[in-house]
Amino acid sequence: MDDHERERGSDAEQGFATMDDLVLKAGGWLGLALVALVFAALAVDTPFAVHMIIIAITCMIALWFRVSRADYAGMARGLLKMPADQGAYDDDPVRWGVIATIFWGVAGLAVGLYIALQLAFPALNLEIEYTSFGRLRPLHTSAVVFAFGGNALIATSFYVVQRTCRARLAFPGAARFVFWGYQLFLVLAATGYLMGVTGAREYAEPEWYVDLWLTIVWIVYFVVFVGTIVKRREPHIYVANWFYLSFIVTIAMLHIVNNLAVPATIFGSKSYSAFAGVQDALTQWWYGHNAVAFFLTVPFLAMMYYFVPKQAERPIYSYRLSILHFWSLIFLYIWAGPHHLHYTALPDWAQTLGMVFSVVLWMPSWGGMINGLMTLNGAWDKIRTDPIIRMMVVALAFYGMATFEGPMLSVKAFNSLSHYTEWTIAHVHAGALGWNGMITFAAVYYLVPRLWGRPRLYSLRMVNWHFWLATLGIVFYAASMWVAGIMQGLMWREYGADGYLVYSFAETVAAMHPMYLIRAAGGAMYLAGFLLLVFNVWATLAGRVREEKPMTETPHNAAADRPLAPVPAE
Amino acid sequence: MTYDEVRHFADSWGLIVMVAMFLLFIAWPFRKGARHHHDEAANMIFKDDDNGRS
Repeated sequence: MDDHERERGSDAEQGFATMDDLVLKAGGWLGLALVALVFAALAVDTPFAVHMIIIAITCMIALWFRVSRADYAGMARGLLKMPADQGAYDDDPVRWGVIATIFWGVAGLAVGLYIALQLAFPALNLEIEYTSFGRLRPLHTSAVVFAFGGNALIATSFYVVQRTCRARLAFPGAARFVFWGYQLFLVLAATGYLMGVTGAREYAEPEWYVDLWLTIVWIVYFVVFVGTIVKRREPHIYVANWFYLSFIVTIAMLHIVNNLAVPATIFGSKSYSAFAGVQDALTQWWYGHNAVAFFLTVPFLAMMYYFVPKQAERPIYSYRLSILHFWSLIFLYIWAGPHHLHYTALPDWAQTLGMVFSVVLWMPSWGGMINGLMTLNGAWDKIRTDPIIRMMVVALAFYGMATFEGPMLSVKAFNSLSHYTEWTIAHVHAGALGWNGMITFAAVYYLVPRLWGRPRLYSLRMVNWHFWLATLGIVFYAASMWVAGIMQGLMWREYGADGYLVYSFAETVAAMHPMYLIRAAGGAMYLAGFLLLVFNVWATLAGRVREEKPMTETPHNAAADRPLAPVPAE
Repeated sequence: MTYDEVRHFADSWGLIVMVAMFLLFIAWPFRKGARHHHDEAANMIFKDDDNGRS
């Protein structure tokens, strides 16, 4: 019995499907659906009832899939379920994840553009509670961070961990549960915001029952990821997996501690935080800043450490530097949260601690950026010829810019001017659109032809258009918000000779109107670029390849293409 | 353990242990003879290019 057969045997034991097994599982889904319906009937508020009905419908869909997809003929003959081929990667969840990334990306960016226009034209609130800024804003942030970003991270982590461990994904059923469970979490969160269900914690708005569900999904995600690392066939665990693993572990810790709460009733959507006052504020920003660190930075760096070397076809500039980068981020980031609470009731020493750690973070962050950029050393021409590399380079440039701006804004003197102004919005979007967005687009463009077995993308020139629309969009967005933020900060703090404030708040809002228009234009360009990605991916999936001029021509000078005839000396 | 004890532990022994661990972790890749190991690790991602079939 060789290795392969042995794996086949053990897999078959797990996959032994009988009629009893099917009835048990189908009955389980039906039971869960009934429990959800009972909760819906006993609900004390409408949004909770709606959510329980969504859960019941989800259970019924799962039941329908379980029953309709079962291999009845095989069961009747007592056949073993076909074991998975351990010699091929399990890419179904990755494919679904890429499509989900694109779907949620459109939703998140479109809502972002809409609320940007609401700030310029408040009438767009439509005077309907469901479309008010206060409800759409968390929808936007969660859709782009957790839905677009989260799906991209789950998909790429499953892709990268398999390739770098050279092992098929452990626990295929659990991996599918992670994908669909995460989508259910997103749907519950998004619909909750629209109905006004919120825990009112920044980037952690979902209420207690949605938080519990995410905790379950996340633990299963951890099990799948670690399980795959454990069954690896490579002796070394590639550094990208360190970044992904720290993301999974730390987000679990942050999510659980930040959302410790007591529900008012288990039949209602309202809960109360376990913390109060400044402790609650610090807990929220310990979570909030580390959501930026361990959701939007560390795992996207994992993408960088895999996809940039692969696309550039050269190993990472310095593997040692990547390890230094990793440990520095791990040891430093977790302390930076208090810089969100400068000049508040938080003790001064804690504010200073947050500031110092933020400033110290600048160096390892730039170390990582340099490591990514220098990977192109000796192949800089690829920036001219490969639009995907170009996106990666701009992503790294924005990573560098945002990780310079962040430490700067965390210094108390800067913060007194920038805090609560649009400068913060400029900073966040330079990071989110420039770094997270661009590296994700590059990863999607890298993955799509490989996952669906296409010779190449439908159009590389369209990627180039996407690149320029996105880059210019970010420039408009960030530049207008920098100006708006500094202006707003200066207007707020300007005293007249009589000792009174010169400007009222409404005057600062009116002064920002032109900047809001420019910001919306930048956002529209960014969304337009993303729609090109949607079309490009759709056409690639449809198997089309666009006839187009290559991105570069190798010039040929026929006149110079001849031997030099010997010329006699004169 | 009271809050006070925790914070005194954190800014004395806790701090020393964390700094020592950090220094050890970042010094480890620079030990003698690690270069070959890291070159191999960095190039490992190029070994497999055909979805596990190569």
